[in-house]
Amino acid sequence: MLERLKEFASEFFVTGDPLIYGADVAIGITMITIVAVLTYFKKWGWLWRNWLTTVDHKKIGIMYIIASIIMLFRGGVDALMMRLQLAMPNMDFLHPEHYNQVFTTHGTIMILFMAMPFMFGLFNVIVPLQIGARDVAFPFLNALSFWLFFLGAMLFNLSFVIGGSPDAGWLSYPPLSELSHSPGVGQNFYIWGIQISGIGSLATGINFLVTIIKMRAPGMKWMKMPMFTWSVFSTCIIILFAFPILTVTLALLFLDRFAGAHFFTLDLGGNPMMYINLIWMWGHPEVYIVVLPAFGVFSEIVSTFSKKKLFGYKSMVFAMLIISFLSFFTWAHHFFTMGSGADVNAFFAVTTMLIAIPTGVKIFNWLFTMYRGRISMATPMLWTIAFIPCFIVGGMTGVMLSVAPADFQFHNSYFLIAHFHQVLIGGVAFGYFAGLYYWWPKMFGFKLEEKLGKWAFWLWNIGFYVCFMPQYAVGLMGMTRRLSTYGWDTGWWELNFVSTIGAFLMGAGFLFQVAQIADGIRKYKTLKASGDPWGGRTLEWSIPSPAPEYNFAVTPRGDDIDEWWEEKERRAKGIYPPEQPLEPIHMPKNSAIPFIMSIFWFIAGFGFVFGWLWMAILGLAGVGICMIARSFSYDTDYYIPVDEIKRTEASLRGSV
Amino acid sequence: MNKKPRSLIRIIIPVVLTLVTIALIVWPMLAGGQYVVLDPKGPIGASQRDLIVISTILCAVVIVPVLILSAVIVWRYRDKPDNKSAYEPNWAHSTKAEAIWWTIPIIIIGLLAIVTIRYTYDLEPSKPMASEKAPVTIQVSSLDWKWLFMYPEQGIATVNTLNIPADRPVKFELTADSPMNSFWIPQLGGQIYTMSGMAMTLYLQADHEGQYWGSGANFTGEHFAQMRFDVNATSEEDFDKWVNEVKQQSQPLTQEMYKTLAEPGTSNVAYYSSFPEGLFQDIVTKYVVDGQSAHSKHGEASGAKEITTQDVDKSAN
Repeated sequence: MLERLKEFASEFFVTGDPLIYGADVAIGITMITIVAVLTYFKKWGWLWRNWLTTVDHKKIGIMYIIASIIMLFRGGVDALMMRLQLAMPNMDFLHPEHYNQVFTTHGTIMILFMAMPFMFGLFNVIVPLQIGARDVAFPFLNALSFWLFFLGAMLFNLSFVIGGSPDAGWLSYPPLSELSHSPGVGQNFYIWGIQISGIGSLATGINFLVTIIKMRAPGMKWMKMPMFTWSVFSTCIIILFAFPILTVTLALLFLDRFAGAHFFTLDLGGNPMMYINLIWMWGHPEVYIVVLPAFGVFSEIVSTFSKKKLFGYKSMVFAMLIISFLSFFTWAHHFFTMGSGADVNAFFAVTTMLIAIPTGVKIFNWLFTMYRGRISMATPMLWTIAFIPCFIVGGMTGVMLSVAPADFQFHNSYFLIAHFHQVLIGGVAFGYFAGLYYWWPKMFGFKLEEKLGKWAFWLWNIGFYVCFMPQYAVGLMGMTRRLSTYGWDTGWWELNFVSTIGAFLMGAGFLFQVAQIADGIRKYKTLKASGDPWGGRTLEWSIPSPAPEYNFAVTPRGDDIDEWWEEKERRAKGIYPPEQPLEPIHMPKNSAIPFIMSIFWFIAGFGFVFGWLWMAILGLAGVGICMIARSFSYDTDYYIPVDEIKRTEASLRGSV
Repeated sequence: MNKKPRSLIRIIIPVVLTLVTIALIVWPMLAGGQYVVLDPKGPIGASQRDLIVISTILCAVVIVPVLILSAVIVWRYRDKPDNKSAYEPNWAHSTKAEAIWWTIPIIIIGLLAIVTIRYTYDLEPSKPMASEKAPVTIQVSSLDWKWLFMYPEQGIATVNTLNIPADRPVKFELTADSPMNSFWIPQLGGQIYTMSGMAMTLYLQADHEGQYWGSGANFTGEHFAQMRFDVNATSEEDFDKWVNEVKQQSQPLTQEMYKTLAEPGTSNVAYYSSFPEGLFQDIVTKYVVDGQSAHSKHGEASGAKEITTQDVDKSAN
């Protein structure tokens, strides 16, 4: 019995690597600490009532962002391990197999479990406030989306210590990802981690599409919507069309692995090419999904901190919608070298280049928003300014890559790696950081001190160029991606070494950000922010910080793009809006079902990963029961009485 | 308290930025590696280099002025009490200006698109190269984790090393008996995927004698990093001499040996005096169901034809 147990444990847990034992210990200690702290301070009830069962979009947004920052840490550690392995030729820090796992999880985590939730966090916190709504269209679904993402991410991360991580690259091309080449459970973790969180992503896309279409404040016509809301809208359209492709692709891959199907294996007539087409039909739009909201963030920040209206609003909207449309016609540029022929390559080369046009226009518009403005250099604006040159250069190398015959030389090389990190870090990460700093006071009611933030900013920026500029060079020297090691004879080591230094500078930048947040939390009482700490322009700045749970005591109007700015101007002239009577506010009730249902999804996913059908069925049955329970619960809403609104408003505004 | 670190930042930032800039200029000189992509040794690589240069210049035409413009704007309109530059908080639209910056990228991308399309057809990898000399055919198969090269006209085979005659087109026929890889000799020209169930064609040529290197460029699992090989471009006579040497001094590659070779694992350089008839064809059609390759439709577009047994017989002597 003991022997069998031992044997099971040695297969179940990942063994034999000191790094992983370290992680085991770290995870164990963290878990025990969390449980101990919560018990000691008697915070279990608080955690359950205020967070685990909440349907408040602002709290859900905050949880998304916290989860995403934790994932940024994990993905960042992966990155540093890779850079260490590549710092010198013939390094023996990571074995090839381990290295392959690290770059696979780095890519997957950064895109799906860092960028996506960060983005959803910003959606959640800001969109309802910006369009003058009390909540999203489907608050219960919103909570469910978050918990599905969270437990999907946890399932994926579990692979590090239980069962083994996936190692076939972040897009898992077959046949490497098939049973024949990846017999372990790593790929199953990949499939189910993404699948479960993917349901959440799709639901969020639908939720925000409906929210933006149906719940805008009276007077807020389409062309009066703030630019961030427009960016969310365009993103949700892409999500709506792209994520079902991912779901189906992964489902087919799972059938291949689990049920012996041959969708993507050559024997019995399947075709790996099919997978590669499908995964990029989702994968390329995906990069526009994550970058468009960043464009929205920059648009808000640029006009706030230049104290000027956003230049060329209509162009901006048009450019964004065009990008979301074109994003579906570029996927084949990921395999120009696959022999599709000159016709196909020429078509996809041109459609890819076309995206540079609307993107270029947006850059000009941002520049001319600053032109004849008054630019103040607070941290959100610093990140925005740093974004512009970084994204221009990244965009340029993107256009170079889209030139199909030239791509024959760039493809799969470090030139490509440098390019997409430049647009993803310079565009997406910088954008979300800017957004986080910008809306931080709105989320938490206090402003972060800028000192540590500026250190973080400079470390990130200098680190970025030190890390990725050499990678362009080493790419032109013929270094290919995903190499776990290289020889002294290649002459690549100086550049790789410098690149590693840059990566660690960025890591230090991250630590400064964490320190800045910790410092802010420690001193939050002295850092208290007003409802409008930056001199904002849109509706979210018209209410106290942090926003009360019902957001707006009275429904605002949205007659202008910069409604709050106009309102302030009117008030300065002594024109005040007519006093409106308060009315009881209709709110959704908290629910435990999203959390419990996601746990059941997690159980089902875990069962599928290990091929334990009983567990999978148990989990799915739980999911079904939760659905039935929800459909029979009639007591899902309540009204906040006028007295309570008055009390809340008085205390919030009194403290401003 | 606030003062000191601030001034420290002000010193550190310019220093670091200067160092970074200097480093960026000096690296390429210090780095021992060669910019192989920019130093082509054959006509295909040279055209690709030209195209890289053209596209860089076209992009730079827009980007450099925009970079300068951004720096100027940020500097000039920064929020300082004594800033005397114009401030127009409500100026948010100018049809003329926007027309200009819609037009500029459209023109540049238009030009680049024309160039790209022309080169795409010119450099289509399966298009035979213009040359007075008939091309040498080499059949390439990527295995886990090594390269097998077969010379059907010469009847020999090698592993992880490639000899070609200089100044003569080489017609590579490529497939895989492993996950998809990518065959890349940067100094001769761009890469092409090797895929099982499909025979791709890639023409390359070395203009000069010399030693270049190639590698697998698409991730194929554990020892993917080991898939590097040397390419020796020699004179026609030396090439023939080398072929004879291999014929006389090496053992033949048998079907059984191939089976062992194709198993996952790395391999040293190896030479074979002969290889089983139709081996390449067998590898391509290994997974064919009912005489139909999964790639049959897809292959036609690239000029990669379905190779029939007769074709290979003819060329395999």
